[in-house]
Amino acid sequence: MSGPASPAGDARAGARLRYNRGSPTETRGAMHRLLARWRMLLVIAFAAVASLAAPQAAAQLSIEITGAGANRIPIAIVPFPGEGALPAPGITAIVRADLERSGLFRTIEVPPLNPPPTEASDVNYAEWRARLADALVLGSVAVRPDGRYEVRFRLFDVVRQVPLGGVAYTMSKDQTRATAHRISDYVYQQLTGVRGIFSTRIAYVVKRGARYELQIADEDGADEETALASFEPIISPAWSPDGKKLAYVSFETKKPVVYVHSLLDGKRHVVANFKGSNSAPAWSPDGKQLAVALSRDGGSQLYLINPDGTNVRRITHSNAIDTEPVFSPDGQWIYFTSDRGGSPQIYRMPAAGGDAQRITFQGSYNVSPRISPDGKSLAYITRTDAGQFRVALLDLSSGQMQILTDGDRDESPSFAPNGRMILYATVIDNRGVLSAVSVDGRVKYRLTAVGGDVREPAWGPFIQ
Amino acid sequence: MRVVLIAVLGALLAACAGTSGRQAPAAVEEARPGAAGTAAQGVGGQGVQGAALGAGALDPLKDPANILSKRSVYYAFDRYDITSEYRPIVEAHAKYLRAHPDTRVLVQGNTDERGSREYNVALGQRRAEGVKSMLVLLGAQEGQVEATSLGEEKPRDPAHTEAAWAQNRRSDILYPGEY
Repeated sequence: MSGPASPAGDARAGARLRYNRGSPTETRGAMHRLLARWRMLLVIAFAAVASLAAPQAAAQLSIEITGAGANRIPIAIVPFPGEGALPAPGITAIVRADLERSGLFRTIEVPPLNPPPTEASDVNYAEWRARLADALVLGSVAVRPDGRYEVRFRLFDVVRQVPLGGVAYTMSKDQTRATAHRISDYVYQQLTGVRGIFSTRIAYVVKRGARYELQIADEDGADEETALASFEPIISPAWSPDGKKLAYVSFETKKPVVYVHSLLDGKRHVVANFKGSNSAPAWSPDGKQLAVALSRDGGSQLYLINPDGTNVRRITHSNAIDTEPVFSPDGQWIYFTSDRGGSPQIYRMPAAGGDAQRITFQGSYNVSPRISPDGKSLAYITRTDAGQFRVALLDLSSGQMQILTDGDRDESPSFAPNGRMILYATVIDNRGVLSAVSVDGRVKYRLTAVGGDVREPAWGPFIQ
Repeated sequence: MRVVLIAVLGALLAACAGTSGRQAPAAVEEARPGAAGTAAQGVGGQGVQGAALGAGALDPLKDPANILSKRSVYYAFDRYDITSEYRPIVEAHAKYLRAHPDTRVLVQGNTDERGSREYNVALGQRRAEGVKSMLVLLGAQEGQVEATSLGEEKPRDPAHTEAAWAQNRRSDILYPGEY
């Protein structure tokens, strides 16, 4: 083991990422609807904003929605008076895009209203019902004496004619997108009962010519930043459970080596650099260890290792390929890919070591296991009889399997932290793009990068 | 450990004798790279002109007339057994390593682009280790050979065709300065 030496080669770690930028301060009416009145909301000073963002990459991902849910909630989002002072496209356009992308909402065209209603206005429910809205968002943006902004909104159930609470945020201009995503999260959770993922981030690799960039972006592809650039491949990014680090595999020394990269300060270190191949890192749910595939003892076998590279323990002893380990959310099991039965299939074993049991039986090539956040289903890649590689979802209790995607070379599935969507890599017109599909297969959208192949997506955890 | 190694090598020899190394799943194509063996990665033809002046001056590893200039073993889909076609290449390098005990080589295993990137890292590793095992069995020292994998990440031919895939299912034997 060469130890946690500083990495060699021509990879370049990015500067600090935007994690230090801070969040808008919010006071939310999440404590049920009693807190819906604005006079009860407090505005708290927020932490100093550190402008430590790395230089933005030239092109960011663009989104195209290609499928939506069957029963979308019609919602009217009235432009917030005052949002024109914020960076384009303001607040409400981002909220609309978020909710539309989820596939669970249909935003309703709102005619110009005079005077424009705000969160403080009296709501004429009959009028909004006539516009066929089931839900309504009203809000406003005001400049504060200190130069920052106050963004307020309220959500209304038009059908039941009740307010569903709201939030007031104090923010700086560069927190406009983050604030909009918070509003989307609030609306999504209130109306679907499921936590929203609009404030989460994704990691992925973009290949532009001979250059590989490990990037972090908002879940909608905006505000991307490069964590690592290299002229050798980068694969398998994996978020630490606290969202502050990425483990990944870099080939910058002409062989696969596992690194852990801190997104707070851009520092990284080698976790596994044994002879042969070091690959497929996966974090335990408590963040205290990684499962990896190493060939140091011959073959590709599974090991546990501390994130600092110490305490290596072998957990599989097969004569086969064992790789792609992933912990179950409760930390009890490790699911992995093995060809011990003659073809690559998914197995699981106790995380502490022990006998493995086979999980997939249908098809001759099933790889890349990922467990849903609730632990109840398994997403993986299956090869169809016609030779296409597609995302499959297996209900672990019923054994029911469904193929969710229709590409030829779909790979690297990654669950959203709320379990509703699966992000994966695919190839369209010979270009690598990211696609997302809902776990019922209905909602679909696509993220593409100008002039690059995008691959290896990893959806980050909820940000506290 | 030694017993295991011998068993593995025995299996390998059986594979080399023409039987399949293991049962492969369906959809196995024949690996018939058009330019098999001619495209030794990282080895240029710069020394070619010198050949006429006297073979003694030419590095045998770079002499296109020498089998040692061939560095690649090709495979069928999801397979790792060394077919008889490529065995002489591995034998020649084993002989060279035996004669040059201070020389080290890196064997890089590669796969085509189909399937999981991580599974392909493991498959490439297995291919490279197959070559390494054969080199060691034929007299190279264990410490002279490191087997590693590039998976599907560094295709020699980036096209998405059967011919490209056949080129990319490959192990390369690389000497210092070649990787």
